[in-house]
Amino acid sequence: MISLTSPIETRAHGWPAGLKLAGLCAVTIVLFQMQSLWFHMVAFAATLTLYALPGQSFLRAGLRSLKVLWPFVLLVGIYHFITRSPLDGMVIILRMLTAVGLANLVTMTTRLTDMIAVVRWLATPLRGLGLRTEYLETAIALVIRFTPELLAKGTHLTEAWRARSARRPGWRVILPFTVLALDDADHIADALRARGGFDAMKES
Amino acid sequence: MEKNVTLIALFAALIAALGLIPKIDLFFGVPITAQSLGIMLCGTILGAKRGALAVLLFLLLVAIGLPLLAGGRGGLGLFASPTAGFLIGFPIAAFVTGLITEKWTAGPVWLSAGVAAVIGGIIVLYAFGIPGMAIVLDKSLIEATGLITAFIPGDLIKAALAGMLTAALVKVRPASVLSRAQA
Repeated sequence: MISLTSPIETRAHGWPAGLKLAGLCAVTIVLFQMQSLWFHMVAFAATLTLYALPGQSFLRAGLRSLKVLWPFVLLVGIYHFITRSPLDGMVIILRMLTAVGLANLVTMTTRLTDMIAVVRWLATPLRGLGLRTEYLETAIALVIRFTPELLAKGTHLTEAWRARSARRPGWRVILPFTVLALDDADHIADALRARGGFDAMKES
Repeated sequence: MEKNVTLIALFAALIAALGLIPKIDLFFGVPITAQSLGIMLCGTILGAKRGALAVLLFLLLVAIGLPLLAGGRGGLGLFASPTAGFLIGFPIAAFVTGLITEKWTAGPVWLSAGVAAVIGGIIVLYAFGIPGMAIVLDKSLIEATGLITAFIPGDLIKAALAGMLTAALVKVRPASVLSRAQA
């Protein structure tokens, strides 16, 4: 499964993931406190500069992931044009783009393994309480492994439907699809148990 | 225990797959994403606790950068976007949906699961989604509500489907519908 980490190596790839996440939290809080248009123009320009530093294709990939915000930009723009408060509208739009842009930047420059390490670290207090976090770690691995699998099965179901019907596959496909997921869960649980289950993992 | 973990993981994968399968038209050729149907099904099938855990697991993987949301989106940016409130509401929606399905056992399954999906998957979910949108877009709650009323009819259809699908699953895999299985 392909993660959203950018294949273009940047210097930020090497920075500690926890630090990047903590920094992102702090900056996002500041962004939502500030109301000055100048501040948000500078912040947005700084974000664009960060995207531009690793080169053009990195910048393009970054802008592509901001595209999902277009409907909101349009909506806020029209609203503030009608209410004659364009400056307020600018602040809202710039703040939204900067906040989402910076967060995407962290995602693009942090490897999946580093992120999972942070999750593991965050779960430390749970282990202290006696909870077993290998459940969580197994579950993460299972989702990563089985999402493409389920997706392929679901695609086969819709193809099988198309082969038999002139109409497009509809909600009826979802029932067998859910049954497949339930049965997979059964089989994997059996396979895990056959290998000693979670008790075997505790010792390793 | 193994079964619990694999069910939670497979349903997290199911939510993702429902959002990623191309071209499922739910009704009348309107291509609406089945992802929120996945959230409802987590509650109606797995019950409150496991359903909410499956959704949390799904969100965790989205947050650490896997493109699992509808249309192949993912990453931390979504949690700062106008729709962040809906993401935060997802696990609570699944929990409430599951709780109602578990507790209300008097009527037929399709009815209690369907009503649970409306209350959890629409009312509770929007109670988080609307304030989230209002905060990011700096609008009043009423204005934010106005923006999303267009999605209510589609969500009502999904809730009805969740009810019907759960009733059908109780027939074909009674042991796996944990919200109704005799423990």
